[in-house]
Amino acid sequence: MYTQALNARDAVAQPLSAEETAKSAAFQARVDDEQRIEPNDWMPEAYRRTLVRQISQHAHSEIVGMLPEGNWITRAPSLKRKAALLAKVQDEGGHGLYLYAAAETLGVSREEVVDQLLSGKAKYSSIFNYPTLTWADIGAIGWLVDGAAIMNQIPLCRCSYGPYARAMIRICKEESFHQRQGYEIMLTLSAGTAEQKALAQDALNRWWWPCLMMFGPPDGESQHSDASTRWKIKRFSNDQLRQKFVDATVPQAHFLGLTPPDPELAFDEASGHWRFGEIDWEEFRQVLAGNGPCNRDRLRVRRKAHADGAWVREAALAFAEKRRARKADAEKQAA
Amino acid sequence: MTEARMPLWEVFIRSRNGLSHKHVGSLHAADAEMALQAARDVYTRRGEGLSIWVVPSNAITASDPSEKEMLFEPTASKIYRHPTFYEIPDEVGHM
Repeated sequence: MYTQALNARDAVAQPLSAEETAKSAAFQARVDDEQRIEPNDWMPEAYRRTLVRQISQHAHSEIVGMLPEGNWITRAPSLKRKAALLAKVQDEGGHGLYLYAAAETLGVSREEVVDQLLSGKAKYSSIFNYPTLTWADIGAIGWLVDGAAIMNQIPLCRCSYGPYARAMIRICKEESFHQRQGYEIMLTLSAGTAEQKALAQDALNRWWWPCLMMFGPPDGESQHSDASTRWKIKRFSNDQLRQKFVDATVPQAHFLGLTPPDPELAFDEASGHWRFGEIDWEEFRQVLAGNGPCNRDRLRVRRKAHADGAWVREAALAFAEKRRARKADAEKQAA
Repeated sequence: MTEARMPLWEVFIRSRNGLSHKHVGSLHAADAEMALQAARDVYTRRGEGLSIWVVPSNAITASDPSEKEMLFEPTASKIYRHPTFYEIPDEVGHM
């Protein structure tokens, strides 16, 4: 999802010294040659900064992404659905952890990046600021949100930074289950009673446009894409990925007998693409600025979870320390 | 109050009997026992492994990337270390 951080504007770059210019050129040559950059390799400061921001915001998205779906675990309609949803939400937590670990290889600490999320300094994907009102939303999230995430994440498996690329490979393998379980929920609802089908259509209506926004602003407005593309962090533009998503998803909606909420949606025979209507970018800006339907609630819940868990972290460290001390004493006495 | 930092561990998993443990990532845990449990939850949710090693990250000594050429370049010129360097007549058969 989750390359929205690559759209942010970076601080003005400092002029480079002659030595740094030479190193930068050698670095770019390695990137152009499709070599992977590893944690201890020399890298331009701006590359490091961009990656820390991108990877940590990606991690935050996974962690905050557990909340809208977690909302339905206790109310899943069957044991099968509950087990699958539980496994999916656990996967999202795991994805967050792989990504935090990848960010830490760039020299930031876990505590720092978590603090940035909790203080509101770091962002996460706009999509998780929308509420899950009905069970059909769980289907729509798996199908559409995870579907959009896969479009975004598959190219990241070839990202120039080794630890990020490796984390993305693991994540993409697991993400396919998420999308299929979501689509299956939509299939079941669409083939159900009129009321169930209406739930599915309503979920599609509410999630469609926010999912198109997940890919970030139109290419002309994206501030940061140039450097990210040159560094082979980002391999496709926002608009390219958005179009791929629409082309893949519209036929899936039709198969369900559902209609995406866009009167302008039409197939263009000449290009082979589905053309879609104007996206409400003001809504996107408002959600990013913290004014989406659930922004405050998401952060409140994360802060509470972090604060409520503090005693557990303290106790675990104290216990480990006590056992270390006892072991040392026993060894001393035995000697 | 700032919290104490959780130690960092590197995780290695043996995927099938007969293959060696392979580095899969890292995690934070208070002690080795918790690190093992967390590694199981984080890195083996789909039958990825039969055995896990966890190693404190600060116990690893790594080679310096800037010495890469000095360390590894000399092997590139020693083609006589490879079997294809030696010519054996066809009549001898597979060797």
